[in-house]
Amino acid sequence: MMDISKNFFEFIGLPVSFDIDQSELADRSRELQKKLHPDRYAHLSDREQRMSVQYMSFLNEGVATLRSPLLRAQYLLLLQGIDTESESSTPIAPMFLMQQMELRERLEEIPDQDDPYAELEDLLAEVEGMLKALREQFAQDYQEGALTAATETVRKMQFLEKLVVEIERLEDRLDG
Amino acid sequence: MALLQIAEPGQSEAPHQHKLAVGIDLGTTNSLVASVKSGEAVTIPDIEGQHLLPSVVRYMPCGNHLVGAEARTYAASDPDNTIISVKRLMGRGVSDLKTLGDEAPYQFDVNDGGMPYIKTAAGNKSPVQVSADILKALVSRAEEALGGELTGAVITVPAYFDDAQRQATKDAATLANIKVLRLLNEPTAAAVAYGLDQGKEGVIAVYDLGGGTFDISILRLNKGVFEVLSTGGDSALGGDDLDLALADWIAQQLDIDIDGNSVSRYLMEKSKQAKEVLSGADEATIDLEIKGRKQSITVTRAKFDELVSPLVKRTIRACRRALKDASVEAEDVLEVVMVGGSTRVPLVREEVKQFFAREPHIKIDPDCVVAVGASIQADVLAGNKPDSGMLLLDVIPLSLGIETMGGLTEKIIHRNTSIPVARAQEFTTYQDGQTAMAIHVVQGERELVSDCRSLARFVLRGIPPMAAGAAKIRVTYQVDADGLLGVHAKELTSGVESSIQVKPSYGLGDVEIAEMLKSSYLNAAEDKDMRALREQQVDADRLIVSLQDALIADGKQLLNPDEYKLLESEIEKLIELRNGSDLVAIERGVAALSKASDEYASRRMDHSIQKALQGHSIDELGESE
Repeated sequence: MMDISKNFFEFIGLPVSFDIDQSELADRSRELQKKLHPDRYAHLSDREQRMSVQYMSFLNEGVATLRSPLLRAQYLLLLQGIDTESESSTPIAPMFLMQQMELRERLEEIPDQDDPYAELEDLLAEVEGMLKALREQFAQDYQEGALTAATETVRKMQFLEKLVVEIERLEDRLDG
Repeated sequence: MALLQIAEPGQSEAPHQHKLAVGIDLGTTNSLVASVKSGEAVTIPDIEGQHLLPSVVRYMPCGNHLVGAEARTYAASDPDNTIISVKRLMGRGVSDLKTLGDEAPYQFDVNDGGMPYIKTAAGNKSPVQVSADILKALVSRAEEALGGELTGAVITVPAYFDDAQRQATKDAATLANIKVLRLLNEPTAAAVAYGLDQGKEGVIAVYDLGGGTFDISILRLNKGVFEVLSTGGDSALGGDDLDLALADWIAQQLDIDIDGNSVSRYLMEKSKQAKEVLSGADEATIDLEIKGRKQSITVTRAKFDELVSPLVKRTIRACRRALKDASVEAEDVLEVVMVGGSTRVPLVREEVKQFFAREPHIKIDPDCVVAVGASIQADVLAGNKPDSGMLLLDVIPLSLGIETMGGLTEKIIHRNTSIPVARAQEFTTYQDGQTAMAIHVVQGERELVSDCRSLARFVLRGIPPMAAGAAKIRVTYQVDADGLLGVHAKELTSGVESSIQVKPSYGLGDVEIAEMLKSSYLNAAEDKDMRALREQQVDADRLIVSLQDALIADGKQLLNPDEYKLLESEIEKLIELRNGSDLVAIERGVAALSKASDEYASRRMDHSIQKALQGHSIDELGESE
């Protein structure tokens, strides 16, 4: 029934851009939450309640998307008609893939190290550093309209974000 | 003015009348109901002046049942038919019950779905039914005291309650004929009772030592929004365990043989009384009579403290873990709220104060504080305070996922995501010609499905035969503001779809609930028709009033004169229908008016978004109205 046709940026009232002021995002989403939350409609008819759930879900999804650099980058490309979720045909530089394999090997060996926690922290710091560089790269690619390059950058970010998850999982496992 | 003529004779509710709404604390040991009266939130006592309703139901062979203190007096003499601590069983399957061990002394009967029923003299009772009986007692108490029918209720649940437990609680309310305005987390309710939502922003700890459970919740208040950072505790540790420690000691001292439920419950009851005395006195004397033998023993506060100290220490360890999970230090905690009758025990207060290095809030009766907070929110949600800025935001406590190949969990909605939320993910078939796909919904943080809690299974059928990987199945998870999950699956190339409101495999199905509701009306068939009509009228009223309010607020602004007139006449039509007694006609009228005003409703939503954004900066958006 409901057509929420605006994109997340328009809906939340921010310029369509990779660079986002996080505190502004938080402020605006809070204002909108106050208007749209189902609690505001609890005493009204089912229709209003249903609508508010839809709007609020859209808002929450939007906030989650814009808050995460990877999701934000993917979303910006999606607005340009590039679906990085399902598409995996973008070629990736062999050098990058080699590096990924090395990082993963390092991760696998961590549990056998003398001080696995220190190793884990080093690896995490390194990966975070690479991610930071990729984010800057993406911002530049996107701004210059170099969408193919931007897509490849996003693919690289996906690899590294996955690695971060695996690092955190290993940390949980070491904790026990 | 057509708009003002609407509260006509025959219409029961005038717009803006104060709505009767209550907050209900459905507790493990005791339950309470509270309401905001003349601006003050108070718990409502029964005719005898008792505020606490023991969460005890006794079922009798004649089919009747007793609720509360009277039922509890049979706890020792008729333990099989006297159901205590039913909250522990809510949303639980038979396999979970085994882990509860001796705590559930009832005889269980299991239905096909693995749903446990308690065997009683009045027949098999599900935990949901038992809870519904407690809720009904509270509602009738409130309706008598407030002098009218309730618009709705806010019911509190522990912050860690999973989907199955929340759903079971909501089912109990449905069965008791209560409109649930919201399920509210207990610690949030306690913080609201102290007005902390209006206070300084920061971290709040809610220490809740109830009769049978201990919960510690770490909340963060940020710009008027409560966020549950972490929860911890021990679902098998509470005031009862303090009683048990004392009872064991007494039994040991007096060489009493605890055999059977009766003696142990009797000793527990006596220990409980002694514990309460010890909150205000330095010693207590306990007189006992077991199998005709009279005995007496005195226990000092120091001895009691020594007996319960290991238990209190356990709660403090749980506090430490919860802080760690929330990534905050004890000194970051700005406020500490005490909840639950057992926080009256001086040693508990002392240890909590020491651990957090600040005075905990104890001004509001710790038994009542959750219900009081819930009633404050109920008052707002019922629409009695249109200007209130209060908004309680929630996150889901556990991740929601789906089973994928190899018994692995793929998370669709991660824990701590703000709700309500909807998220979709696409899957495909893995075999050529596959025409059905099983969808298994799970909740939990672990990688293996077997380590997570299974919430529901359903099958999407009728997928046209295609090569493996060609079908595109979009699975959407929608979590509402109460944290309840609905799952929808759709094959995108053919449009085949299927959806389910997640019901735990061991919960009550919608059909079962409808059956139970029906059977509760069996005695009065007319009553049932009346109620159906009444419900339909309430529905119609809600739509009428909200549209009238809307038209006054912004109708002229958002509708052109023709649209405005049309809507007005549609409203008139429904008012006429609503004053009649044709159930089906009213139902159709509600649907028609809903449809006629859909466009207006969405314009209003968009308008309020625009207004919210405008509050920020018109310049940046580059557009204004």
